Amino acid sequence: MTAFSAFYRSSIGKKMIVALTGVILMLFVIGHLLGNLQIFLGPRWVNDYAQHLRDLGPLLWAVRITLLIAVFLHIYFTVSLALDNRRARPQRYQKRDYIKASYASRHMVVSGLVVLAFIVFHLLHFTGRKFNARFPMLKNDPLNHYDVYSMMVYGFQDVYVSAFYIIGLFLLTLHLTHGASSFFQSLGLNDKKLTPQLAFAARVFAWLLFVGYAAIPVAVLLGFIQPAQQL
Amino acid sequence: MNFKLKIWRQADPKSKGKFATYEARNISPDTSFLEMLDMVNDELTERGEAPIAFDSDCREGICGTCALTINGQAHGPKHPAAVCQLYMRSFDDGKTITVEPFRAKPFPLVRDLVIDRSALDRIVQAGGFIAARAGSAPEANSIPVPKHNADLAMEAAACIGCGACAAACPNASAMLFTAAKVSHLAFLPQGAPERTSRVTKMVRQMDAEGFGNCTNTYECEAVCPAEISASFIAKLNREYARAILQRSVGE
Repeated sequence: MTAFSAFYRSSIGKKMIVALTGVILMLFVIGHLLGNLQIFLGPRWVNDYAQHLRDLGPLLWAVRITLLIAVFLHIYFTVSLALDNRRARPQRYQKRDYIKASYASRHMVVSGLVVLAFIVFHLLHFTGRKFNARFPMLKNDPLNHYDVYSMMVYGFQDVYVSAFYIIGLFLLTLHLTHGASSFFQSLGLNDKKLTPQLAFAARVFAWLLFVGYAAIPVAVLLGFIQPAQQL
Repeated sequence: MNFKLKIWRQADPKSKGKFATYEARNISPDTSFLEMLDMVNDELTERGEAPIAFDSDCREGICGTCALTINGQAHGPKHPAAVCQLYMRSFDDGKTITVEPFRAKPFPLVRDLVIDRSALDRIVQAGGFIAARAGSAPEANSIPVPKHNADLAMEAAACIGCGACAAACPNASAMLFTAAKVSHLAFLPQGAPERTSRVTKMVRQMDAEGFGNCTNTYECEAVCPAEISASFIAKLNREYARAILQRSVGE
């Protein structure tokens, strides 16, 4: 067995792959938020930004494929670890009292799977432009760019869709309150002093993401952002 | 003090276990948990019933033999302490106390509350030692060890191998135990020659025993009677990554 195959078959190796792919996905989540927040700057910004992304062409596909592989590996190895963990305690405790293990840390698989369902919906919704009768009626903006701005506004004007987004975001936040500090430990980049500081920073980070992302559907629902074109 | 005890009874590994209820009456608050169980057992023996089987040895928190999950926590509600260092004053009078064995697949149940923890011994046998005979203790300062490393090695070496980390872990992972055993040698010059092979062998054995995987919940360090920090697991991960890189370059 080569060192590499020993690595990805071992408990620690699998953990490290989950941590590294998690970091890639977190970087995406940060970048995606910064891009989306441009909706508060007006239609020009978001529509230009979206056009720039599409103009990247093969590079955009390279990023998309990297993310897809990261998602696949992140889930594949987590499920493999979770199955091991289930087998490791066939007889459950009748009474269980946790002292330190947080709710988020004990429910990473569930929160992750809800986030996965959310991602599938989100891609169909805004990348596939589904679930909204108005999306096909949208005309291009004055610069002949696709009107992402109005698409987002019309998309979030649906209360049920916005509610599902906020639930998905909440689960992502829960996932990251643990994940955003846990990866330091998995990769060995941690010591006694850093642990509580990283745990705190991860919680702040996760909730900042939540506020940033949730601000968009909330602003639309409250009527602060109106579509650039009436349909 | 009086208590109602809900205790796991199981005649042998194959039979189905269940809780049995017992009364513990007129217990002094300064009785240790194990002494209280001794008193209950005396009564059971007098009545001609089979006494509750449980493990204990030194009864002063050194040996790591007493292994009980009390009210859902490994070693009971007082931390850091082994069950033998737990006193009945830690419980409210008249309450029900639930006692279960440490539960993990690599810790097969022998009888009642007694489990077989030789899986931990096999992890140590896989590499948690120095192969060369080093003779008697040398002159104290003949091998210089930085103070910081000496402190960390001592902290890790405090592990008594009770298995509470694996018992408390939501995933039944023995990562804290293995981390302590790998770390205390990795921090010292005496452990350096076998540093690479030690960590790979011990992790391989830990996985082969069927322990779960660490998900960084840190429940282990909360119940550890020797207060081993979960930061040693980060050290173990570092050691493992280092070993794999070294072996990849070497091959």
